Amino acid sequence: MLEYTKKIRETARKLFEEDKVDVFIGYKKGSVPMMNQPVLISNADQVDLLHWDSNCGLNLCNYLTKRTDRIGIVANGCNSRNIVTHITENQISRDQLYIVGIPCKGMIDHRAVQRAVKQKEILEIKEQGETFTVKGKDFEDTFNKKDYLQRNCLVCTHRNPVIFDEMVAPPVEEQIEVDAYKDVKQIEGMDPEKKWNFFTRMIDKCIRCYACRNACPLCYCPTCFVDESNPQWVGKSSDPIDTMTFHILRAYHCAGRCTDCGACERVCPVGIPMRQFTKKLNKDAQELFSWEAGLTPDQRPLLDVFRPDDYNDFIR
Amino acid sequence: MTKKIYTKEEWIKALAGLKSSYNIFVPVRDGDFHTFKALDEKKNPDFNFKNTRLSPKSLVYPQSERIFEYTLDEDDPDANILRESVKDYSPRAVVGIRPCDAHAFQIVKLNFDNPEYQDPWWIQRYESTTFVGLGCNAPDSTCFCTSVGGGPFSEKGLDAILYDLGDSFLVKALTDKGEIFIEKAQGGKEADETALKVGEDLAASAADKIEQKVSIDKLKDKVQTELFDAPFWNDVAFACINCGTCTYLCPTCWCFDIQDEVLGKQGDRIRNWDSCMFPLFTLHGSGHNPRARKVQRVRQRFMHKLKYYVDKYNNGVQCSGCGRCVRNCPANIDIREVCELMNG
Repeated sequence: MLEYTKKIRETARKLFEEDKVDVFIGYKKGSVPMMNQPVLISNADQVDLLHWDSNCGLNLCNYLTKRTDRIGIVANGCNSRNIVTHITENQISRDQLYIVGIPCKGMIDHRAVQRAVKQKEILEIKEQGETFTVKGKDFEDTFNKKDYLQRNCLVCTHRNPVIFDEMVAPPVEEQIEVDAYKDVKQIEGMDPEKKWNFFTRMIDKCIRCYACRNACPLCYCPTCFVDESNPQWVGKSSDPIDTMTFHILRAYHCAGRCTDCGACERVCPVGIPMRQFTKKLNKDAQELFSWEAGLTPDQRPLLDVFRPDDYNDFIR
Repeated sequence: MTKKIYTKEEWIKALAGLKSSYNIFVPVRDGDFHTFKALDEKKNPDFNFKNTRLSPKSLVYPQSERIFEYTLDEDDPDANILRESVKDYSPRAVVGIRPCDAHAFQIVKLNFDNPEYQDPWWIQRYESTTFVGLGCNAPDSTCFCTSVGGGPFSEKGLDAILYDLGDSFLVKALTDKGEIFIEKAQGGKEADETALKVGEDLAASAADKIEQKVSIDKLKDKVQTELFDAPFWNDVAFACINCGTCTYLCPTCWCFDIQDEVLGKQGDRIRNWDSCMFPLFTLHGSGHNPRARKVQRVRQRFMHKLKYYVDKYNNGVQCSGCGRCVRNCPANIDIREVCELMNG
C-alpha cells in the first residue's frame, strides 16, 4: 500500500507538470485512525498530501458530479464502476478525467476492529502488507487484514478498476466463487411478517441523518424526494414508517446502479447494515438481466433500455 | 453538601429503589455503543463506558416532539383550534451523564431560556430533570473539554457527581436537587477523608490526560465578515458530504423545524431536529436558497458554533468538547482543526 501512495503522488505531480489536469482528487491521511479524508489538490506542491491505505472508504465519485474542470482521480474497482455509471448518466464526461487505477485488496471494517479491541480507543494503525497493527494506551494487537475487511469487500469480484488511464500497480487477483448473496437468500426465505420485523429491527436506530444517502455517488438529485416539501412525500419526524419509506425508496433508486462500494454502511453513525436493501436489488439485476452496474461505459443503464425483441411478453 | 460512598452493587440497587421517585435514565450498552435508556429490569446500566454515541440532548429536547394537536372535523366544537399535547414532566434523573454533556445543556440553555425567549417545553423538561454526572477517569484523545471551559470532572450543569473509584462510587451532591436525590438513594455510607482524597487525585490526573488543546482565545476579537470571507472554507468543506451526523450527534446543536402531520381529520404539530447541513434548512418559500452551496452550509455550522454564539452570548464557544463529531464524521471534518484555522 505504501508503494501505491508513492506512485499516486508521482502520477499527480506529473499530471500537474504536464498540465493534463486542473485538480486532482484523492485521499489524505485522516486526523483520527481508520478515517482518511477525501482531498482535492490544485497544484504540484500539494501532492504530498495524497495518501492511500486500507481506510479509504468514502467513494470519491461523489465529488465528481457536474464538475466542469479537468480532473485527475484515484479509483479502485468499485469507485471506477461508479465513475462509469456517472459517465453513462451524464454526470461527468470521460474526456475530463484522468483515472489513476488502484488494484484494491479491500478496505478495513473500522467497526469490526473496534469490536476486536473491545471498543478501547485506537490511537494508531499501521499496515504491513497482509496484516495491520493497532495501538492504544495500554494495548497493541496485530490482525490479518482478510479477517477484518468491510463486508462488501469480502464478496467483491471487481477489485481492479474497469476503466483507467494508468494503473499504480499490476492487477490483483480477483476473488472467485464468492457467495455474494448468502445473506439475501436467507432474508428471501422469510415469510412476509418475519421479513418486515427483520427490516424494522434493522433500521430502528436510524436518526435520519442521511449519511448513507449523501455518501452514495448515485444520490445526486438536485432535490431528494425526502427533501421535497410540495408535495411532501415523506414525514420528517422519527416515525418508523417514514424512516422505512426513506430506506426502501432510497434503495429502489439505486436499482441496477449500485456497485456495492459499501460507503453507505461505512458512514452510518449508528451502524445500520443498509446494504441488505441494495444487495437484494443487485441480486435481482444479476439474476433477471445478467446485469452488474458500471462495468463499461458502452452500455446504457439497465433501467433505461428497451429491446423490441425482449423475451417478456408484457413489455412488447 | 452530602458526600457518600456506595459499592457499585449498592449503587445499582439504590437506583432501582429511586424508580418510585424518578424516571431514571442510565447508559446502556446497545450493540456497538452506549445509549441513555430508561432504567428497567431488562437492561443493565453500564457505567463502564467512554461516552454514549448519541448525546443525551434528546432527553430534554427529543428528536421529534408533538407540541400541539388539532382536529379538522367541522362538527367538533374544537375544530381548527390548537391544543397543547399532554406531556410528562414528572421528576426524572439522568445518571452517568458525562461532564461535557452536562456543560452542553448550560450552553444550550442560553438559547432556550433567555429574557427574550422562553421555550416552555425545553424549560419544563430541563427543570424536571436531575443531572447526576460521572467524572471521566480516562478521557479519549479526541476529547477537548478543557479547551472550551469544561473538564473531565467539571461540575457545570450537574446536580451531583459520581467518582468511579474502582469497586465503588463516591457521590457528591452539588445542588439542592442533587441533595434530595442522594437523600432518597438507599444504602451507602458517609464518605471519609481518604475516599475524598482519592477522588480529588483522580480528577487532577484526568485533567492532565487531556492532551488536546484547541485555541479559542482570539475568536472573540475576529471580525465576523473577515472570518466569513476567510480563504480556507473551500478546503474545509470539500470532503463534507453534507449529512446530519455532526449536528444530530452534537449535544449543543439546537436547531429545529416545525411540521404539521395530518391523518384523516386529526392533525399533529411536531417539532423535529433540523440540521444546517441540509439544503432544505434555509430554502425560502420563494424558491431562493441563501445557503444553496455546500461550502455555505459548512461555514454556517462552524461560524455559528465558534463565532456568532461567541459574539451573541459572550459565553465562550457553542461546543463542549465532547469529540463526537471528530470521532464520527464520515468525511473526517475535524472541528479542532477548523477552530485552529478560525482562531489563527
